[in-house]
Amino acid sequence: MVSERDVQHIAELADIGIDKEELEEFTGRINEILTYFDILDKVPLGEPKKADLVNIFREDVVESSLHHDEVLANTHAAEDGFFRAPRVM
Amino acid sequence: MATISFSLDDRYNAFITTLAEADTGPGPLSGIPIAVKDNISTRGIPTTCASRILEGYVPPYDAHVVTLLKNAGAAIVGKTNMDEFGMGTTTENSAFGPTKNPADPTRVPGGSSGGSAAAVASGMVRMALGTDTGGSIRCPAAFCGIVGHKPTYGRVSRYGLVAYANSLEQIGPMARSVADISLLMKVLAGHDPRDSTSVNCPYSHIPDPDVSGLKIGVPEEFFGEGVDPRVASVVWDAISLLERKGAALITCRMPSMAYALAAYYVTCTSEAGSNLARFDGVRYGPPADTKLPWHEAFQQRRRDGFGTEVKRRIMLGTFVLSSGYYGKYYAKAQVARRQVREDFERLFSTVDVIAGPTMPTVAFRFGEKTDPLSMYLSDILTVPANLAGIPAISVPCGTSEGLPVGLQIMGPQFADERVIDVAAAFEQGSGR
Repeated sequence: MVSERDVQHIAELADIGIDKEELEEFTGRINEILTYFDILDKVPLGEPKKADLVNIFREDVVESSLHHDEVLANTHAAEDGFFRAPRVM
Repeated sequence: MATISFSLDDRYNAFITTLAEADTGPGPLSGIPIAVKDNISTRGIPTTCASRILEGYVPPYDAHVVTLLKNAGAAIVGKTNMDEFGMGTTTENSAFGPTKNPADPTRVPGGSSGGSAAAVASGMVRMALGTDTGGSIRCPAAFCGIVGHKPTYGRVSRYGLVAYANSLEQIGPMARSVADISLLMKVLAGHDPRDSTSVNCPYSHIPDPDVSGLKIGVPEEFFGEGVDPRVASVVWDAISLLERKGAALITCRMPSMAYALAAYYVTCTSEAGSNLARFDGVRYGPPADTKLPWHEAFQQRRRDGFGTEVKRRIMLGTFVLSSGYYGKYYAKAQVARRQVREDFERLFSTVDVIAGPTMPTVAFRFGEKTDPLSMYLSDILTVPANLAGIPAISVPCGTSEGLPVGLQIMGPQFADERVIDVAAAFEQGSGR
């Protein structure tokens, strides 16, 4: 079970801003779902088998891609050919 | 290159964007109006995923499937409504309002590809593309009374599909006839190097409705608890019709069904938490306030941009992957997922296809499912195919309380042709 404080913490980790008034509702619903997930405790023990997958690589050669202008076309904050992001420090 | 004009009375709110004129060219889909779900990128046409966080976003490139449609001459006439980012079973979770079910406008069309299903079912378009992460093509196909096919994982490129749960989702065709599903599969399937999970397995098949000698597995769990007995009875009648056409029925068990839904929701929310981290208002969508500190800016943008269900799934995914809980949830979900796959492998060593209902009930009334868990539970019959990556089709098989019911046919990986054949056999036998 998670508490409202836990949910607040998860929301911060995920950068999901949630309002104080929503906290109780989110916590209740998430707990209902997590309680349902407890059924996984009954899964017969076993290691997930390693899938026989191989990484697919290609030669490191330049291929055609989007033009600069197209990449920046959807941002509201382009500056000197870059995206402007919120400050980190 | 010609253009066709397209004007419609979108009384079911099936579309988010419509185009008054669409280009069409020569090819197998020449002149055919096709609708595309709004989580599939279309160059120059807004692509919102039914979310406010992508309001105003115009993709600078086409998804691979859109390029294929255009090369085949299809006229893309609009982008269809959906549950936000594909997260839902009713199309009620859309920032653009719910879509109505043409079979009964007081009910949901199913989801998350509800707009595509309603556009096809109402006759506004002949075919549409949907996407299926846990049933999002088959559920609305069943609820609206059309055909919908989820291809084998890897058979259709996901390049340009806005990702929600990469390991589960596939783009697939929706139409009113199995022949049109097959026609669209011919255009969509094939290798694309831009999707690292794409498999070189093109489709060139003409449906063959002969089921004599075919072995159909019918798992008890598909007719078990939670399945409306009236729906079960309609589906049994459909399976009996296939038996009269020469197929053999074999009842079987699928014990992993007990864990499939939990395994599915742990997996898809985990992948969603990571995939949806990219929506921060920096590169697209309404802008983040760049004057605010990083976390504050992103939290504000995402609080305003995401709907409740999307927030809930991101938080669930973040929690089940968090240190201390990963072993309890994610690791066990992957063991359960493997068991679902092994159950199917075991069954397909003795049967050719597996049949059952697509959905446990008929279409819900608007607002009928108020709590998320009971909504999730309605996906129980569709998620196993996504967990195993196998092909699954839903074909209309009658009505219960006057509302459409879907028959689901699942087959082994890469046997899309076989499930389409069985759907064609049913369609022909039922005289639809």
